[in-house]
Amino acid sequence: MPARDVVVGSRIGLHGRPAAIVVKTAQQQQVTVRISMAEKPPVDARSIIAVLALGAHGGDTVTIEADGEGADVALDAMAAVLEKDLDA
Amino acid sequence: MPEDLQGLGVSPGRTAGPVHSMGSPPVLPSSVPEPGADEAQRASAALAFVSASLDELAATVDGAAAEVLATQAMMAADPTLAESVAAKVADGRPAAWAITDAIGEQQEAFAALGGYFAERAADLADLRDRAVAWLLDVPMPGLPRPGVPFVLVADDLSPADTALLDASVLAIVTRRGGPTSHTAILARSRGLPAIVSCTAILDVPDGTPVSVDGTTGVVGLVTPTEAAEIRASGQADRERVAAITGPGQTSDGHSVPLLLNVGSAADMTDDGEGVGLFRTEFLFLGRTVSPPVAEQESAYRELFEAAQGRKVVLRTLDAGADKPLPFLGLAAEENPALGVRGLRTARVLPTVLTEQLEAVSRAATATGADVWVMAPMVATAAEAAEFAALVYKAGLQMAGVMIEVPAAALRARHILAAVDFVSIGTNDLSQYTMATDRMNGDLADLLDPWQPAVLQLVATVAEAGRDLNKPVGICGEAAGDPLLACVFAGMGITTLSMSAPSLSAVRAALATHTLEDCQRLAELALGADDAHEARKAVAGG
Repeated sequence: MPARDVVVGSRIGLHGRPAAIVVKTAQQQQVTVRISMAEKPPVDARSIIAVLALGAHGGDTVTIEADGEGADVALDAMAAVLEKDLDA
Repeated sequence: MPEDLQGLGVSPGRTAGPVHSMGSPPVLPSSVPEPGADEAQRASAALAFVSASLDELAATVDGAAAEVLATQAMMAADPTLAESVAAKVADGRPAAWAITDAIGEQQEAFAALGGYFAERAADLADLRDRAVAWLLDVPMPGLPRPGVPFVLVADDLSPADTALLDASVLAIVTRRGGPTSHTAILARSRGLPAIVSCTAILDVPDGTPVSVDGTTGVVGLVTPTEAAEIRASGQADRERVAAITGPGQTSDGHSVPLLLNVGSAADMTDDGEGVGLFRTEFLFLGRTVSPPVAEQESAYRELFEAAQGRKVVLRTLDAGADKPLPFLGLAAEENPALGVRGLRTARVLPTVLTEQLEAVSRAATATGADVWVMAPMVATAAEAAEFAALVYKAGLQMAGVMIEVPAAALRARHILAAVDFVSIGTNDLSQYTMATDRMNGDLADLLDPWQPAVLQLVATVAEAGRDLNKPVGICGEAAGDPLLACVFAGMGITTLSMSAPSLSAVRAALATHTLEDCQRLAELALGADDAHEARKAVAGG
């Protein structure tokens, strides 16, 4: 399954505005994107509660994965928002 | 409501309108009913309703409040939450109970993450309350939206509630809270009349038109016609007050410079004749080690430059057991308000203070600003003298101390002999004089800065300042009360420092009284038997 490691670019981490933008981006994809961090099991990136519960801080590395047709497009889109400082 | 209700006026101004109360959170019945056949659908419908209504609410506000609401709406529509709720329903829990359980589990997960993430637990609680209220068919919790301008009534307000206040709120009346409560500070910063500690206010039915006088603390029953008249005259008062500009002075030209209380350069405005209280805590929050001198220097420079030649009174770090900062590593205390805090932290960690003074001195030299430095929580003349020696040693000219402890007020003459100026912090001075915890909303009447014992101590310090010809300022919330400002001026207080929104009302109050008027008002206040009488006598005098 295509997967990618991305460093969280938002200094404040994945909560507030950055978390909301990441979740909205996941909701717009054709395929389900899952996101995980460290030892935690992958969660549905369309779930704000699950994304918040990762507790990712700025600079943490998260792994995103997706399967099926359009998986690469979805991962590109997700990586782009994750890497940006969305709170700037 | 046959008679007027009395509370504690904490933000001046007069207005009137219908009362609408904050909805209280729903309570689940203690016995769990048999689940119906449609609990799964009801649970989804409740969450969908909450999500849609929060989105609607988000569209009516701007900025941070809109983002908080939009994120909360996303949480209500969350697939993880929906799954968890569905599992509880499948286990035989009725919809309201299933949602309560599922959110409880999620709250624990957030709480375990700590910090910012833990704060989201409160957002979850709010959406649970909304969903449960919808399911139980009881009134929605949260801010009322009557669609007309109204007087907001609540037990107490949370910071999240206050973030959502919009222009339709005319005034705030709460059952709990004191003069330094979150509600009071917010209301003053928005220029909204406010009354706290009004014990009977929750008995007034929604829709009842009332008048609110944030100076006297009286809530009166009025007719809708009277309400409209009061509102119009209150508006006219506000416009008249806003039209008075220039330096603070009495109508006969006695100068009382009006200064600003600020926490960083972002709080600076062009109004005001300088900064009477620059709180430096923002630099130290969330630190594991003390901020480096160079970093402090640049933050101080930013503010000194923003002052544009006006005087700046900087308060050294005011932290301690009651306002803990991790890097200080202070032990927990039984009685933190009476423990190692303010200047006393320098006994444990002297370098934090000397480094701060060095950074202030460098920033003052670099900008050429008129910088005065004062220490918080000083009790003796010896402490004042030691602090002044450190300030001069750092190369700064003006050393002072805060008068917050009754011991310091009683010995003001000796303390003033050791320093160049003092500034009275009325919030802590009230707490220590009245032996009343600032955080205890049930004792707000005792914490009132109108308490004659507190005023007497202020007068003692003012007199010492006059005799020694040294400045005595006030920088507590009380300085922003227009009537008290006149009383203080009458006592001989030389400057008044407050948050920016209070400036215009205080300026207008001074401009409509002569110095002699103010002296008479000071006598009336000092001669009263209690805070209520003092306020009434001065308002009527």
